Amino acid sequence: MQNGNIKYIWELLNTVPDPEIPVISVVELGVIRDVTFTNNSFVISITPTYSGCPAVKAFQDDISSCLSENGIENFELKIVYSPAWTTDWMSQETKDKLMNYGISPPSKIVVCPQCKSDSTTLISQFGSTACKSLYKCVECLEPFEHFKCI
Amino acid sequence: MSLLNYTLRIADSSLILAQRISGWCSKGPTLEEDIALSNIALDLFGQANGFLEYASKLDGNKTPDQLAFNRNEREFFNLQITEQENGNFADTIVRQFFFSTYSFLFYTELSKSTDETLAALAVKSLKEVKYHLQHSKSWMLRLGDGTEESKQKTQTALQYFWQFTGELFEMDEVDMEMSKSGIGVGNSELKTNWDKMVNEVIDQSTLERPVDAYMQTGSKKGLHTEYLGHLLSEMQYLPRAYPNAKW
Repeated sequence: MQNGNIKYIWELLNTVPDPEIPVISVVELGVIRDVTFTNNSFVISITPTYSGCPAVKAFQDDISSCLSENGIENFELKIVYSPAWTTDWMSQETKDKLMNYGISPPSKIVVCPQCKSDSTTLISQFGSTACKSLYKCVECLEPFEHFKCI
Repeated sequence: MSLLNYTLRIADSSLILAQRISGWCSKGPTLEEDIALSNIALDLFGQANGFLEYASKLDGNKTPDQLAFNRNEREFFNLQITEQENGNFADTIVRQFFFSTYSFLFYTELSKSTDETLAALAVKSLKEVKYHLQHSKSWMLRLGDGTEESKQKTQTALQYFWQFTGELFEMDEVDMEMSKSGIGVGNSELKTNWDKMVNEVIDQSTLERPVDAYMQTGSKKGLHTEYLGHLLSEMQYLPRAYPNAKW
């Protein structure tokens, strides 16, 4: 019974979009580390992407309201720091979603999301959010964002 | 008590430098650079928050916010280099380069701490600091090996901030105790590696390493340069003027 409920919680969490990149969910982002059921309460372990990322607070709120709206009241969100979040946890499917959305996914060879050329150049290691850097495509000359490897 | 003090030192250096760098927000030399500096400040605020949460747990009485906003100047243990004013862009870059090189080496060692929380926070911070280091290193090269003016300003900045680098490797009784028990970081390799990394970049940037002279000291005892008080008065104004104000 509990296992079934835990599965349901994961399904609900998978509907909560990343506040800054709504095309992927918080589960796909890899920040939900564990869901357990202890002392009559669901414990959802969350790890921050970047230490200071403002989206962390936003998705905590989003997760809380999603669970409440679906009738789950007995839960707590726990922040865990270890193991530290890494883009290695992102599946190929998630990376494809980012690419289609116009964000070059984390990888050693940075590919332009517009023309798919791998002839690209770094503009700045820091971008519009903590997790992204700015690149330019040498082929089609379009600037684009790259999800940093961390 | 020593562990709390040790944790606060790490937290305070990140917090104060974050507050300092934030002063560049909307004033950066280019849009990309404005974003870069703001992102670095944000990472450092986040790191400070992690260490302050742990300090709050060890303290048992004060919340992380109270630790940040209700302590006075003499109760802060940040390295003095972090409270120095932003100055011109070269000043900010040199300060950042010295500090990021130090942080990179410090967190690499702290990742092996026998204290699980400190080790976890170090692993996390290290990932971010690697980007900060790359950033300031590439600017050192461009400014040092740039125009006559950029070179001169960067050399002047090296000269000024050098007096604050002695403190990075000081060991007092708290550091000794922490290092001995496997929780904290020893200074011997830290200093050797820092010198190596810094010398390399200074050489590549065609700049000159300042000569070791008098080194400033005191932050481990809560002694600071005049700049910290001014910084705190701005940072702490709101929670002190309106206690219990909610965001």
